[in-house]
Parts: sequence; C-alpha cells; structure tokens
Amino acid sequence: MTESLQPVIVGAGPAGIRAAERLVRAGLRPIVLDEGQRAGGQIYRRPLIDDGRSYRSRYGSEAGKARRLHEAFEAILPAIDYRPETLVWNVSTPERGNQLDVLLAGVHRQIGFSQLILCTGATDRVLPFPGWTTPGVYTLGASQTALKAQGCTIGDRVVFMGSGPLLYLVAWQYLKAGARVEAVLDTAPVTSKRHLLTLAIHAPRIVALGLSYGLQLQLAGVKIRYGVRPEAVLGTSQVEGLRYRRRTLTGEAVESIACDALAYGFALRPETQLADLAGCRFRFNGRDRVWLPERDALGRTSRSDVYVAGDGSGIAGADASEISGELAAAALLEDTGRALADAAGLVAARKAILRQRDILEQAFPFPDDWLETVPDETTLCRCEEITIAEGRRAIAAGSIVEINRLKALSRVGMGRCQGRMCSAAATELLSGACGTSAGEVGRLRAQAPVKPIPLGFGGSVEAEVRS
Amino acid sequence: MSRRISVDVAIIGGGLVGSSAALAMRKAGLSVALIDRGYCGAQASGVNYGGVRRQGRPPEQLPLSQRAHGIWPQLKAMIGIDAEYMRSGHLKLARTGKDFAKLEAYAETVRDYGLGLELVAGSALVRRFPWLSAQAVGASLCPDDGHANPRLVAPAFAGAAERAGAIVLEQTPVREVAATGNGFEILAGDGIEIRCQQLVNSAGAWSDRFAANFNEPVPLTRIYPSMVVTEPLPLRLPVSMGEQGGSFYGRQVARGNYVMGGGRGLPLGDPDYSRPSVTAASSVMQRAITLFPHLAGAQVIRFWSGTEAEMPDGNPVIGPSETTSGLLHAFGFCGAGFQTAPAVGEVLAELVTEGRSTTPIDAFSIGRFRKVAANTAASL
Repeated sequence: MTESLQPVIVGAGPAGIRAAERLVRAGLRPIVLDEGQRAGGQIYRRPLIDDGRSYRSRYGSEAGKARRLHEAFEAILPAIDYRPETLVWNVSTPERGNQLDVLLAGVHRQIGFSQLILCTGATDRVLPFPGWTTPGVYTLGASQTALKAQGCTIGDRVVFMGSGPLLYLVAWQYLKAGARVEAVLDTAPVTSKRHLLTLAIHAPRIVALGLSYGLQLQLAGVKIRYGVRPEAVLGTSQVEGLRYRRRTLTGEAVESIACDALAYGFALRPETQLADLAGCRFRFNGRDRVWLPERDALGRTSRSDVYVAGDGSGIAGADASEISGELAAAALLEDTGRALADAAGLVAARKAILRQRDILEQAFPFPDDWLETVPDETTLCRCEEITIAEGRRAIAAGSIVEINRLKALSRVGMGRCQGRMCSAAATELLSGACGTSAGEVGRLRAQAPVKPIPLGFGGSVEAEVRS
Repeated sequence: MSRRISVDVAIIGGGLVGSSAALAMRKAGLSVALIDRGYCGAQASGVNYGGVRRQGRPPEQLPLSQRAHGIWPQLKAMIGIDAEYMRSGHLKLARTGKDFAKLEAYAETVRDYGLGLELVAGSALVRRFPWLSAQAVGASLCPDDGHANPRLVAPAFAGAAERAGAIVLEQTPVREVAATGNGFEILAGDGIEIRCQQLVNSAGAWSDRFAANFNEPVPLTRIYPSMVVTEPLPLRLPVSMGEQGGSFYGRQVARGNYVMGGGRGLPLGDPDYSRPSVTAASSVMQRAITLFPHLAGAQVIRFWSGTEAEMPDGNPVIGPSETTSGLLHAFGFCGAGFQTAPAVGEVLAELVTEGRSTTPIDAFSIGRFRKVAANTAASL
C-alpha cells in the first residue's frame, strides 16, 4: 500500500482558512481539522442555525471581512478534507513520526501529516479577583460568543471590565443588541489612551472605530471608568454587582455598581500546546508576557515540517491572522519545492499590523500590579481550587523559582484546563514572589491530552491515512 | 560562582533515596551535601504511580519493605507532611484461574513476612468490593498497603534534611567526581568543589554513569511509565489496585482523581526525556472502564511519563562499591522504589556510620553483575 500524506491544518479560523485556500490554489488537498461545529473561528464565528440576522448586525464593522472569509471557505470546501468538531489532542514528536491524535465524534483516530500548519487561535487572558468564579462572571470572549453564535446575552444588565480593544467592542455590541450596559470599567489609566493618537497615524480606521464605540456608549449613558481595580463581586450564588476602586485626579474612590452579569478579560493568550507537543522551540515574548513558538516571518518553526499562523503564534488579531495563514502556506509550498513564496508584500503588511499592536498594547496595558491588589484568599487556580495564599505558601516552603515546580508542589495548573486559564496569574504570582521577570520562571510544559478526553473514547484506535 | 564545601558525605541524586538518606545521615550527626542536577524528587521519585505497596515484591525485598512500612506512618513527624499517605489496602486482581493460582502461590511464599494477605475468590469478590465489575476470578488484598502523593514526598525529605543542616544543591549537575585515596572530590554546577569522606550514588536512571566512572559498569536500562489521570470524581475506589501480570494499576487520590498506569512510555530523541505512549494509555483507559463501569463518561485530563532505572533481575543495587572504598550505591529500583526508599535512606546512613546494615541487603550487591559483565566482555 502506498501512503501519501497530506498537509494538515489545525483550526478553521481566519488563519486556517487562508492557509487552506493557498494550498488548494497550488493543487493540494489539505486536511482541515477544526474543533468548532462550523468554520470561521472565534472572531468570525457563525451560528449553528441561521437566525435571520444579517452579516451587518452580527459582525458590525467587520461584516465585509467575515463574509469574504466565509465565502472563501465555502469556495474551497470541495477541494479540502474538512473535519469539523474534531479535537486534536496530541502531536507526536519528530522521532515518533508525523501523527496527530484526534477525537472525532467520540472516536479516537490517528491522522498522519506531511506538514502541519497550526492555526490554534487564542483564548481570553484572565486574572483572578475576589468573586471571579461566581456564576454570572464571563470572559469578554465568551460574552461575545454568546451573542454571535447563540444570539443571546450573558445578562440583562451587564458590566464590562478589563483591558484590551475587545472591552469596548463587546460592550458596544451588547448595546447594539439591546442589552443594558451598566458600565465599562477599564483597568488602564485614562492617560494610556494618549497612545491612540500615535496609533491614529498608522491605523486611522481602527482608532476611528474605537472612538465611535466609546462615543456611542457614552451617548447611551454608559458609565466609563478608568484605572479600575475590582474589590469584590457582590452576590454569592449569582452576580449582583461589583465593588471596585478607581484612580481619580485627587486619589482613589470606591464605588459599587449593580449588574446581573460581568464580562471581563485582559486581551488574549495564544493556544500553543500543540506546538509544544510537536517539539517546537519556544521563546519568551516580553510584550505579551507569554512563551511563543519561535517562528520566522512566514511562520516556519524550529521543526521543519511544522508551521504556525494566526493568534496561536502570537496575538495580532484577525487581519494579521488571515495574512499569516497565507504566509505559512506559502512557506510550506516553497519548502516542498512547489512555488517560491514571493511573500514580501504580505510580510510587510503583517509587520505593519504588528507595529500597530505594539501601540495598541500601550493604550490597553496589562495590569502588572494585579496580583498585589488581590486578597490572599482569592482563588488562583479554579480547577484545583488553590488560593493565592496557598500558592504563596508553596512558593515560600519549597523555595520555588520555576513554574513546573510550582505545579508539582501546589497543583496550580494541574487540573482540567492544564494551566490554560491560570498560568498567566501563576506566572505573575511566582515572578512577583521571586522578584524576577515573568520570562524567568519558565513555562508550563504541555501534556497530552491538551483538552480533556473521555476515558472510554471509543475503544479502538483507527489509524487513518489519506492518499 | 566559586564555592568550596567539605562534608562527611556527598549524595549524588536528590530523589527519595538520596533525600531520605540525607535526612537520616543528618540525624546521625554527619555533615551532608545533597546534589541534584534538577530539582529534588522531580524524576522517578516524583512522577511514579505513588503506590506504597509491599504485596508482589520478591521475598528478598520484603525485610527492606517492612522496615519502610514502619517509616511511612511517621512522615508527618519526620518531614512535616503526611504526603497524603493512606493505608488503603492494595488489591491485586487475577483475571484467570491461572493468575489466581499465582497469587495463592505468592501468598504461600511470603507467609512468614507478615504482610497479612487475604485471598478472595469468586462471588465473595464482588460482595466484598461492590464497585468492582465481575471481570476478575479472584484477588489478593494486602490491607495495610496503600498509596501517597509522589510529588510531595522527596521534596519534603530534602526540605527536612536542609532544615536539619544538610547542604542541598539543586540545579547543580555533577561534572566530575574522583576518588582521592582518602575520600572524594566533586566538581559540580558552576564552580562548586565538594570534598567528602564518603559518597552515595543515588542518581536513579543516571547512576550507571557514576558507577562506570568508578569502573563498575552495570546493566542498567531505562523504563518510562505511562500514566493517565482523570478529573476529580466522587470518592469510590477505596483501595490501590493492581493486576497479576502488572498490565494495569490504579488508585483514587484524596482529591478524587483516578491515577492509573500500565504499559510503557517512549523515550524522546534525548533519552533523558520521555512521553506517555498513546497506545499504552488507551489500553489503560479501556481496562479502567472494564474494571470500573462507573468511570464511563469520566474525562481524562492528563497523561504523563518519566524516567526510571531498571535492572535485569528486577532488584535494585544497594550497598558498598566493590572497587572504591567509601562509595555506596543505591539505584535501579525498577519502577518500584517509592515504598522502600525511606528505608534505603536509613540503610545508607547505617552503612556510613556502622559499616553495616541492620536490614539484609545482600541480594542487592553490585557485585552480582560483575560476573555477568565479565562473561559478556569475554564473549565479545
């Protein structure tokens, strides 16, 4: 039997779809594996059942891009091997061959690949605060997903809190959808917004959109506050409100606001576990305070048959993801002798976006004093129910300076999410306790399965090779 | 960083053997340096299954195992934590009549060692252990065996040794070690020079290099466990489980997770590192569902592996070197050192202070491989 392996793309968001499109154009038939039920990814997520809403009402200013991406996917669908609802939970290391372990409709399959393009996207970056695990507290991304995919809101009176462009976008989307937006609580000081002036020179459209969201929120009477630090979620079995401190011109004020749902987040964090399991080399990114797979301008990693694209290779947003997906595919085609990448234009376009992200990051900075402001009894790792105090005690008792050691001795990051949700906070806690930078405490090693899989996952392993 | 240290005993390898030896030696009044290339207890001592089991060991290991059995309940007083140690009982299943006959024969062989084994067969098995599916013809229960959390034990021993005055050097690989005639000289880490009277080689899967360094090659091979852990579930499995033949073992920890293993993981390109085997993990998961139908629908949250040392006859190497005066070996525990290790630490302290062990260890002499090595050399 002759076996001819195909390239496999993991993820069918902006990066994955554009990568597939590029490979199809070159005459290849890639396998596209996606965890979602419909292609589109997060930002251009599609509803499962058409609910009659127009692209304009669902995607707002990004309606044109969403439509183009969805149409591009529909156009290549006959030419690709597309598997929705497929969780890729393991990648073999080079010495064990090119193989993915996937869970498809409850059945474990092993799928070989000739090359792998990882377009695994991102999740919200969250940090703990008192009451963050109370029912009714959501991430910004989840609150947006509820709106886009299910056509529902997370509550009737919603407060939005955190840092990042998504904060104002989602609040505005909720306003448009008819929800009552009680407040937008920006954890960054108002002075950070001066960087938007610089950004306006490079990306006037982004700044104009952002300002219009802010203006419309204000016109609708939504309270906007800066320099916020939450003190406590009010309510125990359900969110009833939020008490917070905020910096004012004269000092600090403590205020409370009633709400029945709270959405919060601090920009995004990349999903990099598959690149880690594939054996790709990682490097610490100081701006995003996160370890990323090393990549060249096109998305080649340290492993010659693995490419990365999209937010999973570093947070840069949907536009950059589309570009980097195409770039990774171009690199693959060049490396396999099919076509010169001829990518200077795309590389330059992506670089321009990355420069804008640098400025955006200054306008929506990460709250690096966060852990100092959170009381010790707050839950740090919700899967394993470890408090900040317990984390601190483990660090002191074990003289811990490395994050995998913290996991081993305290169970932080050892639970269902495998550190995907808590490692940002655990990194802050440990580096703060050690007086080092976030990059010096190392990164949690990925372990398969990257997400939980059922114990009795179908019994037999079905090896699968497409020719 | 240049640093000079002079101690009575240097211990290479801060696993459970090395760290418990460090504590025992401090208690005996010796000055001790405990050296680890990574973190104490981060290799086999930290990533093993966590079985604190006497049942199933060959008779020559049982005196050592019984000695350790007396130490485990004292952990809280010795090292400050109980390390989640539980005398849950260890239940070893037989799938076939032939396997049950082996359990019966084992019980007969070790009758005089005081394990208190109970053989249960037929319908009595499900009556007694109703959570178990009827997939076994019989079982042998060792009521006072149990399990503990391997991630916590060795670091706590090392911490207790340090509080008792031992010098603990983590992230400190040994670069050179040599006998000087009246002791040893070690070059470790970033310019650390250690002089000692006696030296312990408890470097686990890396021990063969140090043994070879003193002209004592050993047929050590590496094994890699393949472990699976579920999300926390309601407490239901009261015992640590094994099977005759060893293809499946499992326990439920206090937090509720089922920790299960069987088969072997696979080394990576750098054999210091390994990955769980998906094939082995799959068969462990299948067996778990068969044995515990209540686990259908449970989620597996993590696999893991590690690096352990195995000797060809299934027994460890414990005792004095036969080439070098003042050198002691303690390694090669074949995936079963967790329970015995605290006793090995005490034995090593006795060997240093008294020159002899109160627990028989003759079966573990490094010399048993000398003839094998010589024969192999002659046949080449």
